[in-house]
Order: sequence, then C-alpha cells, then structure tokens
Amino acid sequence: MREAKALNIKARTNVISWSFISVAVIMICAFYFYPMIQALIMSFQSGTGTNLSFVGADNYTRLLTDSTFMTTLKNTFLYLIIQVPIMIILALFISVLLNDKDLKLKGFYRTAIFLPAVTSLVAYSVIFKYLFGADGLINAMLLKLHLIAAPIQWITDPFWAKITIIIAITWRWTGYNMIFYLSALQNIDNSIYEAARIDGASAFTQFTKITVPLLKPIILFTSITSTIGTLQLFDEVMNITRGGPGNATMTLSQYIYNLSFKYTPDFGYAATVSYAIVILIVIFSILQFKLAGDKNG
Amino acid sequence: MAKFKRIFTYVFLSAAAIVSIFPFLWMIVSSTNRSIDVTQGRLLPGNYLGENLRKVLDTVDLIPALLNSAKISITTTLLAMLIASLAGYGFEIYRSKAKDTVFSILLLSMMIPFAALMVPLYRMFGSITQTMPFIGIDTISSVILPTVTTAFLIFFFRQSTKMFPKDMLEAGRIDGLSELGVFFRIYVPTMKTSYAAAAIITFMSSWNNYLWPLVVLQSPEKRTIPLLISNLGSGYSPDYGVIMTVILIATLPTAIVFFLMQKHFVAGMTGSVK
Repeated sequence: MREAKALNIKARTNVISWSFISVAVIMICAFYFYPMIQALIMSFQSGTGTNLSFVGADNYTRLLTDSTFMTTLKNTFLYLIIQVPIMIILALFISVLLNDKDLKLKGFYRTAIFLPAVTSLVAYSVIFKYLFGADGLINAMLLKLHLIAAPIQWITDPFWAKITIIIAITWRWTGYNMIFYLSALQNIDNSIYEAARIDGASAFTQFTKITVPLLKPIILFTSITSTIGTLQLFDEVMNITRGGPGNATMTLSQYIYNLSFKYTPDFGYAATVSYAIVILIVIFSILQFKLAGDKNG
Repeated sequence: MAKFKRIFTYVFLSAAAIVSIFPFLWMIVSSTNRSIDVTQGRLLPGNYLGENLRKVLDTVDLIPALLNSAKISITTTLLAMLIASLAGYGFEIYRSKAKDTVFSILLLSMMIPFAALMVPLYRMFGSITQTMPFIGIDTISSVILPTVTTAFLIFFFRQSTKMFPKDMLEAGRIDGLSELGVFFRIYVPTMKTSYAAAAIITFMSSWNNYLWPLVVLQSPEKRTIPLLISNLGSGYSPDYGVIMTVILIATLPTAIVFFLMQKHFVAGMTGSVK
C-alpha cells in the first residue's frame, strides 16, 4: 500500500515537473521547429502566393544559377570576412585598454562605447543614412578638413555603400562585444601579467600569449554570434541603402524578404534561400569550433 | 615609453568614445534645429524643438505607434519572464536525463535564423486569420507569439537557477507549499536581479524589433515605432528636424531603462555565457 502511494507521489511530481517546462517546449516547437519543417517542405514547392505545388529539386538547381542569390551571398561573405574580424580585434583592443586598473574615467569610456549597443537598429540606420548622405555631415566635415576633394557617394556608389554598411555595423556592435571581453578580463588573475612582466614580456606578447588564449572561449562565442548576426543582416541594409545601388549591398535575409513580400511572392523559392542560410550557419559554427579546438591541441 | 602608452590609451579611448556618442549628440542637436539648418551641417543646439514637436504631433502618428510598441513590448516581456523562468527552473530543479535531452534540442533553436522562419510563420498566421482573426495577420498577438519564447532566455534562467540555494525550496515544501507555490513564493522573490536583467534585454529587443512586425503588421494604424521611423526615413523630401525629434522620443524609453539599470543590462547580456 505504502509503496503504491510513494509511487503515486513520484508520478505526480514527475507530471508537475514536466508541466513547468511544457509551455516553453510547446512554444519553441510551434514557432521554431514546426515552421522549419514547413520551410523544408516548401523548399521543394513552387508557385505564386499560396498556390504551391511540388517541383522536386528545381528550387535548389535554380539557386545555383541565380545571379541575385550569388550577389547577396558574396555581399554577406564580404561583410563577414571584413567586418567581423575588424570589430572583434577593435573590441578586444578597447577592452584591454579599459581593463587597466589605473585608468581614470573608466566608467565614462565604458558607458560611452557601449551606448550604441542599446539603440534600435532602425533608428541608428536612419541616422547613419543621413550622416553619410552625399551632402551629409560626414562629407561636409571631410571636405572642410581637405581630406577629400569631392563628396564621396557613401550610399549610391556600389563600393562605398558596402563600406558605409561595414562602418555602421562596426559602430553598433563593437561596444556590445567589448562588454563580453571586459567581463572575462576581470576574471583573469592579475598575477599572471605581473609574472610575465617580470619575465620581460612586452605588452604585445602579453596580449597574444596570455589575454587571447585565456579569452578564447568568449572570443569563440562572440565570433559565432557575430557570424550568425551577419548572416541574418537585414535592418541596416534595408534602412540605409535599401539593398542598393542595384543589388550591391543586398543581404540574404533581404533577398528572402524581397522574394516573399516585394516581388511576386514565391514562398517556395524563398524557403530554399532560407535553408541556404541555415546550412551556412551550421557550417560556420562547426568551422569556428574546429578552428578554436585545433589551436588547443 | 610608459608615458607614451598612457597618452595613447587616453587618446584612443577618447576617440572611440567620441565616435560612439557623436551620432546621439547629432540626433539631439538636430531635433532642436530646422531641417534646413540640419542639411547645412549646423552642430549647435537651436530653439526649434517646440516647433519640431508640434509638427511631429500634427503630421506623424507618433502616439499610436508609441502605444502599439508599448503594448507589444510590455506583454512580450511579462509573458517571456513567466514562460522562460518556469522552464529554466523546471530544467534545473527537476533535472532528469530526459529533460536534459529536451533542453539540448531546445537550444538548437538558437541556430535558426529568423529570416528562415519568417515565410512559414507568415503562412501559418495567414492560414488562421480567417478562423481566428484575433491572432491572425495584422494583430498584436501575431507579433508577440513567435517572439515571446526564446531558448536564450530559458538558458539564462537555467544558469541563474544553478546559483539558487536549493535548501530554501526544501524549507518551503516542509512549510506545506505546493511545487508551484514554492516557485512563486520563494524562487521568484529571491531571483529579482535575474528577472530584472532578463526583462531589460527582452523589453529592448521587443521594442526594437523590426523584421517580423514589418512582415505581419500591414495597416498603418498598427505600426510600431521602428516601422514608423523606417517609413519616415524612406521619404523623398525628409524633414530632418522632425525625423530626429521622432527618433529622439522613440529612443528615450530604452535610453532611460538603460541608464537606470545598466548593471542589470550587462548582467543579462553576459550572465548566460559565464
């Protein structure tokens, strides 16, 4: 009798314990996993709007010959290869400077450099669009300082438009990444640096031989989140350049948006492009883990 | 050498700080100037803030957009706190092999880019618009539902729960509290700082969310603040003074939250990776 009762209580607690996590599990399944399965099915379908029919792997072959897709892929890679390393090195550098215990105004510097990370992506994009306009403030200042002879077409020239996007993203996210490094740096025992100094290690050696290896997990974390973020880049490009001129700054996310909601809707093909992003994210994450692991061994 | 390093540090950090703050200063200054002054590169505060404000209220649907954004962000934050903390608590306190597996599967959702979800989600909400208009396309619920539960927050609460003194729960149970009672009467009040951190992060990302509301909110009167700003910014003959005033007002709520609770914000960001 008593054993049955104990079992009963155990079963009851088990039910209660699962009910704690049930809402979250249902929500994640409904709004992440179920749509992903839907997208997979849709990626083998084609048609306009909701009239979809199965076309086999047609969408995937179309992907390989789609010049707009290739352009957006190239743009995204360019942002990834140039912007992410610049930002991470800059953030690391700033956080090392800020970690100096004798530094005055530390709180001010930290707050100021972190401030961009709390602004709305749309709001800052619009501000940047005006600052970098052909007759905007940046050009006016550069002209006044005689650094340039003629205004730079920051928004309308294919090359400079990409630079503008890179500057904008770097401005927005450097402080964000810096905070992660700073909180990790504070956990490093200062005596390690003192020992290195006694051994005659230069600041640069200390940085490459102590700081970077110790921060490796957090650098890995930030580079993965930055990579995922860049692969999903949308708000900035949409609001600064609209993807233009032509498709010169268009990203994968924006292409999916255009395929679904701007051009004649082709949800099937849009789903195919979105799987391209998923695959890229998986590949890059594995790659970054591998790279970080190799240096360990 | 040490002196040179010192000077370099201050120069570099000051430059970084100026570059970081400059766009904000420009926004604030421009909101006090006429559009023509802004285009001529005026960097001194003017006295047109009042006129810009009046123009904003006359020509821009700012108040409805603020209310829409507030409704969505506050509801999202409250629901997200409840769902994620219940789950994070459940995963950690009632740990079992099966739940650990479920947890790892949930974490996979963090790898899914929103761009990949947007199209199927749009079709999902589209298909129920006829039968359930209150959660279909163009409703506040359709904005909230897909964004309210994130694996990140569940992970965050699970990590925070690891620090929670477990004997407090036992004490509650001995006092005759139910499992849910223990959660609400003991866990929630003691975890105030974790909730503060999580709430700020959630509120900010909801307030600033752009892509999904852009897809799902179609009527102009449903617009949230980011949609409003984006729309103003894409105009052909923009009134810079007016737009900067709108951006200033739209940025104030998050700026105030940030300055009041900077510590919690940073804790929320970095808490889950430690």
